[in-house]
Amino acid sequence: MLDEIRGAFYIAKKDLKEYYFKPPTISWGIAFPLVFALAFLLRGWGKDWLAPGLLTLSLFFGSTSMSAASIVFERRMESFERLLLFPISYLGVAFGKALSSFFFGLLSSTATVAIIWLFLSIPPHNMMLLMLCIVGSALQFSSMGILLSFAVKDPAQAMTIFNSIRFPMIFLSNIIIPVSKLPHYLTWISFAIPLTYSVEAVRYALIGSYDIVPPQISIPVTFISFFAFLYLAEIMIKRTIP
Amino acid sequence: MDAIVVKNLTKYYDGFLAVDHISFSVKWGELFGFLGPNGAGKTTTVRMLCGLTRISEGDAYVAGYSPLRELKLVKKVIGLVPDVSNLYPELTCWENLLFTGEMYGIKKEELVNRAYELLKLFDLMDKKDSKFKQLSKGQKRKLTMAAALVHKPKILFLDEPTIGLDVRSRRAVWSMIRELNENGLTIFLTTHNIHEAFNLCERIMVINKGKVIAAGNPTELKRRFSGSEVLEVSFTGEISIEEISQIPGVIKASRSGGSFKLVVSDPISVIEELVGKARSRRISLNYMYLRGADAEEVFLKIIGEEHA
Repeated sequence: MLDEIRGAFYIAKKDLKEYYFKPPTISWGIAFPLVFALAFLLRGWGKDWLAPGLLTLSLFFGSTSMSAASIVFERRMESFERLLLFPISYLGVAFGKALSSFFFGLLSSTATVAIIWLFLSIPPHNMMLLMLCIVGSALQFSSMGILLSFAVKDPAQAMTIFNSIRFPMIFLSNIIIPVSKLPHYLTWISFAIPLTYSVEAVRYALIGSYDIVPPQISIPVTFISFFAFLYLAEIMIKRTIP
Repeated sequence: MDAIVVKNLTKYYDGFLAVDHISFSVKWGELFGFLGPNGAGKTTTVRMLCGLTRISEGDAYVAGYSPLRELKLVKKVIGLVPDVSNLYPELTCWENLLFTGEMYGIKKEELVNRAYELLKLFDLMDKKDSKFKQLSKGQKRKLTMAAALVHKPKILFLDEPTIGLDVRSRRAVWSMIRELNENGLTIFLTTHNIHEAFNLCERIMVINKGKVIAAGNPTELKRRFSGSEVLEVSFTGEISIEEISQIPGVIKASRSGGSFKLVVSDPISVIEELVGKARSRRISLNYMYLRGADAEEVFLKIIGEEHA
């Protein structure tokens, strides 16, 4: 068990060295959420309601961009197979990849968090809970990104495919449009999107209220979905073995 | 038990039979060559032994462990140099070696010493802080080999180790392979390069279309399969290839520039015939050279594709 965790940390360390300067991680992982958050916060309205969503969005894009870069590039260059040759389980490999995305997600969202902090008119409702929710959300997104990365073969198409999934989620996950204002049939989709739960968890921790999912549900779902995505990613890694 | 024991190993890819019930064993300390043309099933075999491809049927033992049931133990005792130099391009040579060692759980101090030792051994000390992507093809190959040796494996798999390398780099890699084997490392080398196999390996197994079709040491293989000889000849005047092809004892004839290359079973009678034909046309022989079949011709004969 310890060997597995140690191996996962070494994979994460290697990934951070290797990919933090790749164009997709910078443009989509750092620049986009930052600009997006600024654009909405500068408009002035509903800042306190928007802040949790924008924070989560920043984590979401940061974490998933890193996994897209690290897995899609490595599969293309055949260096992903090196990881499969090490004496570590496939779950350990998936965890290592998720960890690097997790750390990058946290790092890349720092600037966005600082800006949101400036615009927020009230102090955070529960700081400890907020940290827990940020950690849970980053874990959830990173494992989700790992899973999605196995659907992409060509690095040139990675961001197109990722964005075709990520952008609809922005509009359906209570980030900029309240789910209560969506047509009824779209609300069902909102509840099926993991991002909705992390946004709701962060919203509660940040401003002390929630819209559609109470924290007793949203916080556990965030962590459970992390484990579920990680398990599915392990299955996807197994499936890469012909 | 031998270093590698393979029993009826078989691989199907969506119904296509890539490796067809092959069995063989490799002794400890042996430099074993797995020779075959492209698509013969060499890489698939290695990948099955290393756990990178599922085994469809049969079983294998690598250092006594089965890749089917004890994959983690297999991974601990093997090193693989794939046909692509696939280290991490943004990491330096040093970082690549350290990362590999860390993944095998080698302690920091031991790992640092080992990394220095390997950089010296592969003549890459001056490239220690260069990124992998900045290395030449030959240097990349050497570093990929070094990375496969960080954890001191018992068995090293080399998949087409010199593919795409220039002559100088190829010779450097060959001498490195010899040195590693002389130091006791068991090496399983796959190649489509007959010269590589015949020059380096103690024992060679030839695979084609997923089946083992010959095995033995290079001398045995040459003796067994070189029943024919090659006669190169040119004339001062014109003579047709059709006419030469009809001479008894000529197995195959081809023309290259102004000379003929003949694969012959009975060189003396063929030479007599050629001299007779030249005299009858009042022309003479310009040049004649008789030699035994070389490694390449032996290989082609083994895999059933004779060439001239």
